[in-house]
Amino acid sequence: MNGVALATLLSHWRRHPLQLFTLITGLALATGLWTAVQAINAEARASYAEAEAQLAAGRQALLVARDGTIPVDQYVTLRRAGWRVSPVLEGEVEYNGAAVTLLGIDPLTSPLARHLAPTDGEAGLDPLAARRTLFAGPATAERIRSAGTGLQVVVRDAVAPGTAIADIGLAETLLDRPGTLSHLVVLSAQPRGRPPLDAVAPGLTRIEASGAHDARRLTRSFHLNLTALGLLSFAVGLFIVQGTVGLAFEQRRGMFRTLRAIGLPARRLLAIALAELLALALLGGALGIALGYAIAAALVPDVAATLRGLYGAAVDIGLALRPGWIAAGLGMALLGTLLAAAQGLWRLRRLPVLATARAEAATRSNATTLRFQALAGLASLGLAGSVIAGLDGLVAGFVFVAGLLLGAALLLPPALAGMLALGARLARGPVAQWAWADTREQLPGLSLALMALLLALAANIGVGTMVSSFKQTFTGWLDQRLVSELYVTAETDAQGQAIHDWLEPRVDAVLPIRHADTRIDGRPAAIYGIVDHETYRRHWPLLASAPRVWDRVATAEGALINEQFARRAGLAPGDALPLAPGWRLPVVGVYSDYGNPDRQVIVALDALLERFPGVANRQFGVRVAPDRVETLAAGLRDRFGLPARSVIDQAAVKAHSLAIFDKTFLVTGALNVLTLGVAGFAILTSLLTLWTMRLPRLAPLWALGLTRPRLAAMELLRSVALAGLTFLLALPLGLSLAWALLAIINVEAFGWRLPMFLFPGDWLTLGALALLAAALAAALPAWRLYRTPPAELLEVFADER
Amino acid sequence: MPLLEIEHLAKAYVTGEERQPVLEDVDLVLDAGETLALTGESGSGKSTLLHLVGALDGFDAGEIRLAGTPLSGLDEAGRARLRLASIGLVFQQFNLVPSLTVAQNLALQARMAGRADPDWLAELGQRLGLSRFADRYPQQLSGGQQQRVAIGRALAARPPLLLADEPTGNLDETTSDRVLELMLELVDDTGAALFLVTHSRQLAGRLDRHLHLSRGRIA
Ligand SMILES: Nc1ncnc2c1ncn2[C@@H]1O[C@H](COP(=O)(O)OP(=O)(O)OP(=O)(O)O)[C@@H](O)[C@H]1O
Ligand SMILES: [Mg+2]
Repeated sequence: MNGVALATLLSHWRRHPLQLFTLITGLALATGLWTAVQAINAEARASYAEAEAQLAAGRQALLVARDGTIPVDQYVTLRRAGWRVSPVLEGEVEYNGAAVTLLGIDPLTSPLARHLAPTDGEAGLDPLAARRTLFAGPATAERIRSAGTGLQVVVRDAVAPGTAIADIGLAETLLDRPGTLSHLVVLSAQPRGRPPLDAVAPGLTRIEASGAHDARRLTRSFHLNLTALGLLSFAVGLFIVQGTVGLAFEQRRGMFRTLRAIGLPARRLLAIALAELLALALLGGALGIALGYAIAAALVPDVAATLRGLYGAAVDIGLALRPGWIAAGLGMALLGTLLAAAQGLWRLRRLPVLATARAEAATRSNATTLRFQALAGLASLGLAGSVIAGLDGLVAGFVFVAGLLLGAALLLPPALAGMLALGARLARGPVAQWAWADTREQLPGLSLALMALLLALAANIGVGTMVSSFKQTFTGWLDQRLVSELYVTAETDAQGQAIHDWLEPRVDAVLPIRHADTRIDGRPAAIYGIVDHETYRRHWPLLASAPRVWDRVATAEGALINEQFARRAGLAPGDALPLAPGWRLPVVGVYSDYGNPDRQVIVALDALLERFPGVANRQFGVRVAPDRVETLAAGLRDRFGLPARSVIDQAAVKAHSLAIFDKTFLVTGALNVLTLGVAGFAILTSLLTLWTMRLPRLAPLWALGLTRPRLAAMELLRSVALAGLTFLLALPLGLSLAWALLAIINVEAFGWRLPMFLFPGDWLTLGALALLAAALAAALPAWRLYRTPPAELLEVFADER
Repeated sequence: MPLLEIEHLAKAYVTGEERQPVLEDVDLVLDAGETLALTGESGSGKSTLLHLVGALDGFDAGEIRLAGTPLSGLDEAGRARLRLASIGLVFQQFNLVPSLTVAQNLALQARMAGRADPDWLAELGQRLGLSRFADRYPQQLSGGQQQRVAIGRALAARPPLLLADEPTGNLDETTSDRVLELMLELVDDTGAALFLVTHSRQLAGRLDRHLHLSRGRIA
């Protein structure tokens, strides 16, 4: 019985392959977009796990020398004095043209050593003892092996990408730096009563654990953005599924009744329909996962570049099919299908065997649905409003966005119905009146697709506005901030001084860039010291300032802080800022500092040097006439043997920063376009699936004397008009979304607020695209109508029952 | 034991506040293999009675026994099983599955009941003049042809009782006559009992018995 019944249910799809295609495609698109985002997130996260080893090192305090290298004797002295430190020699080696960071460590004391311990497969072998062994992550290991060094390379997933770890003796040889160390790791357990650092090793500076956590927090918010977008695309895809499943149930109502009348129990029918759905969901879900994998593979390089560039987190993303996100994708497909089919299944459960006109009418009651949608929509908007008015935080921001989108989607059909009713009242002539009324009657069948379009358009406007605003601000900010024509980085302080002295007579100004890494209120912060120069006075972008701000900074009577610091610590000009024990300055200004996760302070250089005498003096901004930049750069490289990356001209920095920026949002943009495509597809499928119900409506008009071309044109116009109205509603929604992203979510996630810029030109393009999508979607059904032979139209009357 | 026994059957429809009694006190007995015609004014409750006998709807009072089984004691699944095994249904609307071919529609109930007999199905198809259309879909058939498929489907599992509600109401007179002729012939051959609702007194006269429903009772 089950087999026959299932075969009967499935026979519907054989007769309506287009519906089947739509359903599977809808599911596949929804699952695909979702899976792509999951895959990207999962891979990025996996990469962080790999980078943990490196981050772990960053969490320990370090001892460094002012000139960059520590003589081995100094290490020995420290050990003898009771300091528990582990030596590290760090440098770069080239393998096959790519630089690999080589970390030479002491296997007995280094905190990294535990990641390198022999595994079961190599029991008994202690590769470090072999002294010819490098440890690296899979990709890096491959690179080193292919360079044919003759070294043994052992793969350890824990080693950060682009890094190799070796015994310090081997590192000395490979780097050709015998007898020197880069830094010392201060181990966590230190004996009591050991002499102070100054007494044992006066040349060394202690650097406290760095803010690796901030980078991770930032990447997490990047994931959050992506996940939100993925969910949005999934929702848009679900609208398609909901539409087609609903229609498949609606169209098979007669079949269900016949099966019931013949003797199929209601529960059995429900179970079989459920089994059918789940099978389709698995099929669509599997295709979706494949699609998602393809999308992710295409986007992953940009994601990697984004993360690396913007947050400095080392990620080396290779895409692998992970059981985790495959399961998540299939789970979402099943869940989504059930969600989309819930209404159909519910109706099926309650389907009376006997069709009565009254029962039919009750299920189709349109006005009740519209009223319910309007109420639920308003409730959703109300919730969103009260959440944002009453609560702070990232979660509140996302609840607001979700409530806003859901509310607007629910309000769309009632709003459109209202507009169409108004149109009908204003219309002159019977055909126009019929067209308005008929469009209104069509609304329930199309509303899901239109909701999908609304969300896709709003997401497009919202994210587009955010990206463009970001770019506008960022570009302007770069122009202000990167004023110096040339940026030079020396290798040691001594060289820095030499470069400074050499440059001084040759250029307009040499502006040292010196900073101390410290903690303020227990949080990592950087204090920069600047010399008084019109470069800062004229260009530095200040968001808020006290009177005579630059004079007060120059005379060490005040400090500038970046926006992140101001927002997180709740500081404003006039507030006192404790910079170090016994050192307080009033805040005199706040400057914007996009892309920087850390707290930053600017004070007069002299004041900084007084408190932190040892800060490195290796970086300079150079003011010089633009036409002299190139010769000067070449001169610097020749004279001091500086590598190319140590002498950077401003234009290159800007280009690089903008490129990183563009990558950041490329992923967002790609997902956005895909979502819009999916929404267009939703309209097409709704129109196509409504087609069978369309003919009986149009046939009487045709019989009354409207030509087929005229009817076809009206169908096209209807679709375009609905898309146009939807776009008008999407505009305020998208702008609200943009506002939420810029003013709430960005501030919570990144700590800075972006001004919102409007780009009406983009809206026009998007509106045109939406109309085009709607016209394209309606073109196929309209063409079919245009070509429908009169005999088929006549059948409508023959079939009248 | 008679095939069908109806005792003091009562049924009312409730719409909102209003209660509309349709069947007041119906008594009826039908033996195996017997054919019965039920006539009555439009709205007198003929279809309602047929639906109750077909275990498609519940009743308020009285009892219906089919081969000794009281319908009031059955749950939804039990009634479905009873329909599948013992009842063939033919309605005015043809109620075919549009996505199944003629042959598949014909075999549907018999297959679901696990009683598909290929020889009998072939014979049915042939006698109903459907062999040529076996692979067509219902909407590619005329009304009379569609109704012949419905009759075939109802008899394919050789049920002891065939219920037909104005099976030819949608057809013209000549077609109607031919379809009815076929149906009576097949009912005769399978030995099924027939409960036929019709407006035609002439047709009613050709069956074993003719009853008239009026004011909720059998006259
Ligand atoms: N589902 C229902 N809900 C409420 N009233 C109903 C329902 N079905 C039928 N009725 C009412 O019950 C009465 C009997 O209907 P029924 O369909 O049994 O009549 P009928 O004798 O078959 O009529 P016809 O010859 O026109 O087919 C009618 O007055 C009808 O309006
Ligand atoms: Mg009737």
